[in-house]
Amino acid sequence: MKMGMVIIGAGECGVRAAFALRESGYEGPVTLIGAERHLPYERPPLSKDTMVSQDHPARRTIAAEALFNERNIAFIGSSTASSIDRGNKLVKLEDDRQVPYERLLLATGAIPRALPPATNSRHCFTLRSFEDALAIRARLRPGARIVIVGGGFIGLELAASARQRGASVTVIEPQGRIMMRGVPEEIAKVIDTRHRDAGVEILCDTGAVSFTDTVNNVAVSLSNGNVILADLAIIGIGATPVTALAESAGLETGNGIIVNDRLQTSDAEIYAAGDCCIFPLALYGGRRVRLEAWRNAQEQGSLAARNMLGAKEQYQSVPWFWSDQYELGLQVAGLPDEGKQTIRRDVGEAAFILFHLAGDGRLVAASGIGPGNSVGKDIRLAEMLIARGARPDPGQLAASNVKLKSLLAA
Amino acid sequence: MSNWIEACAPDDIDEEDVMRFDHAGKTFAIYRSPDDEFFATDGLCTHEHIHLADGLVMDEIIECPKHNGRFNYKTGEAKGAPVCVNLRTYPVKVESGKVLIELG
Ligand SMILES: Cc1cc2nc3c(=O)[nH]c(=O)nc-3n(C[C@H](O)[C@H](O)[C@H](O)COP(=O)(O)OP(=O)(O)OC[C@H]3O[C@@H](n4cnc5c(N)ncnc54)[C@H](O)[C@@H]3O)c2cc1C
Ligand code: FES
Repeated sequence: MKMGMVIIGAGECGVRAAFALRESGYEGPVTLIGAERHLPYERPPLSKDTMVSQDHPARRTIAAEALFNERNIAFIGSSTASSIDRGNKLVKLEDDRQVPYERLLLATGAIPRALPPATNSRHCFTLRSFEDALAIRARLRPGARIVIVGGGFIGLELAASARQRGASVTVIEPQGRIMMRGVPEEIAKVIDTRHRDAGVEILCDTGAVSFTDTVNNVAVSLSNGNVILADLAIIGIGATPVTALAESAGLETGNGIIVNDRLQTSDAEIYAAGDCCIFPLALYGGRRVRLEAWRNAQEQGSLAARNMLGAKEQYQSVPWFWSDQYELGLQVAGLPDEGKQTIRRDVGEAAFILFHLAGDGRLVAASGIGPGNSVGKDIRLAEMLIARGARPDPGQLAASNVKLKSLLAA
Repeated sequence: MSNWIEACAPDDIDEEDVMRFDHAGKTFAIYRSPDDEFFATDGLCTHEHIHLADGLVMDEIIECPKHNGRFNYKTGEAKGAPVCVNLRTYPVKVESGKVLIELG
């Protein structure tokens, strides 16, 4: 078999990488190995449309099969890579097949973090794959009682979807408020209120300590001594990067596969990108982060592909993600916890943006919330300001009548 | 047969900006380019049916406000992931202080 570019993990990141290799003019073999049996699909809808759509939900594929053929990308589904022989530059698959590589990309993603007391319950679920989504969806019936452990994005999006399906929902959050990670309190509050208005019960400072199954139910015991009887519990307490393959190959790993600013692992022929890697962000003084965000996975996949072909590009994108809950759209660009000062800008009547400035006045993040896509355009402009290291005038940021685009021209 | 519909006045749209225009149960986006020309496309992103008029216009690109999918609004061309289906475009002309769009 001829050596070529090999990608392990056919999620958002791996697929983008495969196409980017072709877009960069590479003509050798491109092999994309994925453990899932489906043609690669988008995950963000799984907690949103997939849960609430009237019709039987369909997977939204990242690229049509014809496109894989047209670009001559060999997609090998239902195949788990079980080891990497770095000496002979071979990837070994579970079924003993071997794929030789010239350069290798690990795009193995992340999986839901397990909550040990819940692992043996038949009524506890996590959400990462389309199959997970179907299993949860089938149980979101009107009147069903659902406990969601973890007030992060996936838990809260599921809470909103479950309410839309007529289920009753209790969210258990061990910390003092929902969305502690990555979302400022003022915005978390808007979302918290919206959930409570929709009838969701949110219990903060409370942990779930044990899960006891009966035939049809699960009794969830809380750290405050209460017990909630539910039809199902969903565990949404974050994700763990998939690093076992990298570790067993002797690559450096920590909270993720460790890469440099070109997304190279400790083996220069092997790259890692997307949810599985921990990387330095040039924009924030080389701070090491691991993101679980869709656009990051795409952009890192593309950049890793170009670097596999010798481009030597540094990853410089501004972190960005969105979340949809009910009619509300949330978007965050940059890292809000880098900010020392917060400036609020109202966008129309129902939406607002918080600008987060560092001690030296540099714009380091912007977070916004409002109905539909009311904050999208301004968050995008903020992102461009962040990328430039701009120090916008706080008064102008706050003034709704000053167009952000005009600050970009300054 | 041509079917020119009045959409707005030129000054309803800033330079390098976009406006939503609804007509006969359909939604469109009308653009004014930085060099003061007018263009029109279907109003919804081809990824998730989001109104493009809430998006950002930069040069000849409209960027979707939802996941930043990019289209060239002059040609309708989708500029890459997450958008892969082009936008339909419509002829536009400015006549006697009105922006007209031709909906075949
Ligand atoms: C329910 C849900 C909702 C989300 N919503 C949003 C959102 O609103 N906004 C946002 O910005 N982000 C969202 N995300 C996050 C986003 O989907 C992820 O950041 C993105 O999927 C990461 O892409 P990836 O390719 O790095 O990893 P993944 O998508 O996890 O793909 C990795 C793939 O690699 C495969 N794999 C792993 N190990 C092996 C192996 N050894 N051999 C072969 N294959 C292997 C896995 O099976 C998997 O298919 C959401 C995620 C989920 C789960
Ligand atoms: S809806 Fe437009 S890019 Fe996704």
